[in-house]
Amino acid sequence: MSKSSREPLSDRRKFILNMARGAGLATLGGFVWSAYVDEVTASTLLLRPPGALVEEDFLKTCIKCGLCVEACPFDTLVLAAPGDHKPVGTPFFTPRDVPCYMCEDIPCVPVCPTGALDEESVSKGGVLDIREMDMGLAVIDQESCIAFWGIQCDACYRACPILGEAITIEYAKNERTGKHAFMKPVVHGDVCTGCGMCELACVTEKASIFVLPREVSTGKAGAHYIKGWDKADDARVKDAKAINTKTRLSEQSAMDSLNDSGDLY
Amino acid sequence: MAMERRDFLKSAAAASAASAIGMAVPTEVQAKADAAGNDWRWDKAACRFCGTGCGIMMATKGEGADRKIVAVKGDPAAPVNRGLNCIKGYFNAKIMYGADRLTQPLLRVDKDGNFDKKGKFAPVSWKRAFDEMEFNIKKTLKEKGPEGVAVFASGQYTVMEGYAAQKMMKAGFRSNAIDPNARHCMASAVVGFYQTFGIDEPSGCYDDIELTDTVVSWGSNMAEMHPILWSRVTDRKLSDPDRVKVISIQTYTHRTSDLADTEIIFSPNTDTALWNYVAREIVYNHPDAIDWDFVKKHIVFAAGPVNLGYGLRRSDDKSIKEGKYTALEMETVSKEMQKEVSAKEGPALEPFGYKTGDMMKNNGGTLGHWEISFEDYKKSLAPYTLDYTASVVKGDPNEDIESFKKKLQELAALYIEKDRKVVSFWTMGMNQHTRGTWDNTLAYNVHFLLNKQARPGSGAFSLTGQPSACGTAREVGTFTHRLPADLMVKVPAHRKIAEKQWMIPDGTLNGVGKQHIMQIHRDIEDGLVKFAWVNVCNAYQDSASASHWIKAAREMDNFIVTSDGYPGISAKVSDLILPSAMMYEKWGAYGNAERRTQHWRQQVLPVGDAMSDTWQWVELSKRFTVDDVWGEYKPSGKRKTPLEDVRAKAKAMGYNGDTTMFEILFANKKATAYKLDQNDPIQKGYDNSECYGDERKVVGSDGKVFEGYGFFIHKYLFEEYASFGRGHGHDLAPFDVYHKVRGLKWPVVDGKETQWRFNSKYDPYAAKETKGTDDEFAFYGKIAKALQHGNLEGKDKDSKKTPLKNKAKIFARPYMDPPEMPDKEYPVWLATGRVLEHWHSGTMTMRVPELYRAVPEALCYMNPADAKEKGVKRGGMVWVESRRGRVKARVETRGRNRPPQGLVFVPWFDEKVFINKVCLDATCPMSKQTDFKKCAVKIYKA
Repeated sequence: MSKSSREPLSDRRKFILNMARGAGLATLGGFVWSAYVDEVTASTLLLRPPGALVEEDFLKTCIKCGLCVEACPFDTLVLAAPGDHKPVGTPFFTPRDVPCYMCEDIPCVPVCPTGALDEESVSKGGVLDIREMDMGLAVIDQESCIAFWGIQCDACYRACPILGEAITIEYAKNERTGKHAFMKPVVHGDVCTGCGMCELACVTEKASIFVLPREVSTGKAGAHYIKGWDKADDARVKDAKAINTKTRLSEQSAMDSLNDSGDLY
Repeated sequence: MAMERRDFLKSAAAASAASAIGMAVPTEVQAKADAAGNDWRWDKAACRFCGTGCGIMMATKGEGADRKIVAVKGDPAAPVNRGLNCIKGYFNAKIMYGADRLTQPLLRVDKDGNFDKKGKFAPVSWKRAFDEMEFNIKKTLKEKGPEGVAVFASGQYTVMEGYAAQKMMKAGFRSNAIDPNARHCMASAVVGFYQTFGIDEPSGCYDDIELTDTVVSWGSNMAEMHPILWSRVTDRKLSDPDRVKVISIQTYTHRTSDLADTEIIFSPNTDTALWNYVAREIVYNHPDAIDWDFVKKHIVFAAGPVNLGYGLRRSDDKSIKEGKYTALEMETVSKEMQKEVSAKEGPALEPFGYKTGDMMKNNGGTLGHWEISFEDYKKSLAPYTLDYTASVVKGDPNEDIESFKKKLQELAALYIEKDRKVVSFWTMGMNQHTRGTWDNTLAYNVHFLLNKQARPGSGAFSLTGQPSACGTAREVGTFTHRLPADLMVKVPAHRKIAEKQWMIPDGTLNGVGKQHIMQIHRDIEDGLVKFAWVNVCNAYQDSASASHWIKAAREMDNFIVTSDGYPGISAKVSDLILPSAMMYEKWGAYGNAERRTQHWRQQVLPVGDAMSDTWQWVELSKRFTVDDVWGEYKPSGKRKTPLEDVRAKAKAMGYNGDTTMFEILFANKKATAYKLDQNDPIQKGYDNSECYGDERKVVGSDGKVFEGYGFFIHKYLFEEYASFGRGHGHDLAPFDVYHKVRGLKWPVVDGKETQWRFNSKYDPYAAKETKGTDDEFAFYGKIAKALQHGNLEGKDKDSKKTPLKNKAKIFARPYMDPPEMPDKEYPVWLATGRVLEHWHSGTMTMRVPELYRAVPEALCYMNPADAKEKGVKRGGMVWVESRRGRVKARVETRGRNRPPQGLVFVPWFDEKVFINKVCLDATCPMSKQTDFKKCAVKIYKA
């Protein structure tokens, strides 16, 4: 862990911050279009500070002022520098280096002058609430996660600030040994905030649990099927609507296909 | 040797199939499979961390000094872990290669290169290092006698290292001031075993887990501290979730409670009341559950004094008289002499003749006890009604008392339920306790009353923390009061056995063994101990009231030596540092918590000029002759009579005045009969740095390249040690056998290991004792097996001793307060302990990048309500301050450990959060084991 408490910014940090800010402002002038496209593409994989608007809106709203970075007591947030291949001057974090420690007063958000970091989105009943944060979602590579080999690890579970909710342990018998149990971590997307404490703690060479922006790490089941065993899932019916389906088989109109016997006979 | 691909596949497949079903693989097939594979070699070893005793395989690559450990795997043939490991075990391959390994001896010197206690460390030769040690030991022996020469020993010694150290200390220097860090971890368990069974170590084995219906974890976070055993408990629970019950009895919520059906949060130290409540439920409310046939045949009831104090310093100690303890510290230390009986403990002490408000005069620890009647025992349980127990025990102020009571009843009901098998597990929670010995014996009480002890699937089972706390510290006896195989230094007949075995004169061994590990620290502070050597432990980080001992080491006239692999706190406060070969850089053996002995071969050469602790002891022995050490010594320390001059007897045995201890203790005719032989399949192709020397050409203690002893010293040390226990209930298999199997649980009789001791169906010693009877059990331990009689208030001094052959004991022992409890000034309990990621003081695991990254610092785990009240935030810093000192730590309110209000937990692995400066050096006055689990602190924002 880096800093003991909220210390004043070191000169080195100030320098780097100012450099990135300068670069950020400079890009507002003339920039190379292709670089911008690269960066925007890359930015879909970036983890933004708590309360960040959806990426497209965030990029439009963030003025690269660096106030959120300055407010972060753990040096979690950094501003993208030229050559990072990320939208220059915008704040992001890399959990394997420094995760978000989920400060209860979320100091990085209220300082945002433009609302690119939206205070309301990390508040509940008008009060800041860390559990409302949504920076991303942790995913597990079950092939390389040693807990799935039967090793008694669970380092991610123990590191999780919402352990027992965002990550739980699924117990399963280890039939190979006949007398041990697997203790497999399971991430719960509705609770996980994407803080990345798990990614930092993971003991494999390259982290086997890692945070991705929720858009990237999640799939989506269509609203045409609702879990019959889950009352809450009924909520998805509101998005359900009848649509005309089309496959390669149905590309042709019925008439055309009926009249096209091809090599049928 | 050309091996076709088909042959390779065949033998590789055969080898893996064999290991999968637990068969021993013929060495040749294994070697063929290895050779056919690639440029690496697999060989078996035991895990370095914790007392579970997981089997591992180590892969090494390279030639000679370049051969390094590159990988590790769980040994699929090992019965304990079947190929699995925890994350510490997962990193065994990385622990030896930290960037700052110690590679050469280092001495504090002045600018001219002379030793200077205030100087900086500079590299010196091994010869110079031994010169300094020799000089300081000789000086100390002359000034202070053998009691002035001390060793901080270890439960992480290999069997051979521990035996070599013990032999040189006790037979050579005639000093019993050798005591292991294992004192801090299971001394209370040992005294519990001695008092109850008359012999050390558990009756059961890990197979109990698969056979039981109920696992009760008493103050033990098995999920983090014994992960592989916990995964077996978990598997058992999954096998039959309705039948199998798991109860977690703790002072704060942690990982172990995750699996539990019921969690009981108790107030620190009150587990003794809880055990007595369960016993009371049996005796008063379910007398039909008592197996009277068993109890009458095999059990006697006993009691001892209760005014034992708390193992703190006493008022006549030199450093107390000299004022080295502050007025604040003395507030607690003064309780050692007398204390007022509190309203909390008053009712529990009434049957013993004390009531609330009485002044109890404490006489210090004693192991003395006497036989009492069942009626007296019953009387001692009377106070533990549900109401009294619940009011004393409930540890979470916010828990509803009625629901808490229901949990206590449920706990008692599970123990009592007929045909329900129950295993009670504990480790530090019950051992690190100012009434730790009592707590251990109280566990056996409940199991004995119900005849649920020493049976498959049932028993009170003390787990150990260190990999060889059992195998070395206890079985070899590297304690101040012990000799190998449960022999005691104070018993003249036992000393004679050792003297004969060691071929030393009758009367050589010192009969006073009272310098336990805290006493060694205190003796240094008092100026009695002038030479101390830290072996395979971190005595200056792992001891409570740490500031006192560090100050004594650094500021007084003494010479402190530390042998270590890495520069920890002990090395930092030393005068001389010796670079030690680590775990797999030497031949070794460990013994785990289920009496399983496991051996391994030297896998690689040590780094730099590092040499094993065995080598360091044996080299030191070359510096001392009969005339140097076996003359007369005047009374010293707690020894009130002189030690006789045994040199004439030595001469009669054929030794001369200038015969060295090396010749007598280590290179004698028994030893040299153990031949080095590269045709021996055990030795073939493996390094042996002590016996052959090695290609590093380390310049040794005499200034010449060390060429090896020329005989198989590890085998000699092991076999000689084993001969103490063979035929006496501690039988070990021959050295070679252990290199072919995955460990064996002693006693190993006729090649067969023993699963359940004292049970005549499984234990050949019990079978022998019960032959011709229909008795199922024989508690055949020999210690304290004849008692006088008395009642709860004292002993009838005129009573005759009754022999108790083959019997065990149930003890009447009350709940008592610890010496320091939260008050107005220091309102919070502090408990310390470990985390899964780090081993002990972190010298090894904090150097593994992945483990360091996972848990880089010790946190102060706190209840969110307490944090709010103190105005501190999660992630913010607080001071944790006691009467002895303070440390700064980061607050965690949501983590893996979730204390009730009024308690904080801080692990001790982090030298930067030096929590032992805050802890109190109170001990169980009987076992002398420190209570690291409780003292009073205040918490405030840093």
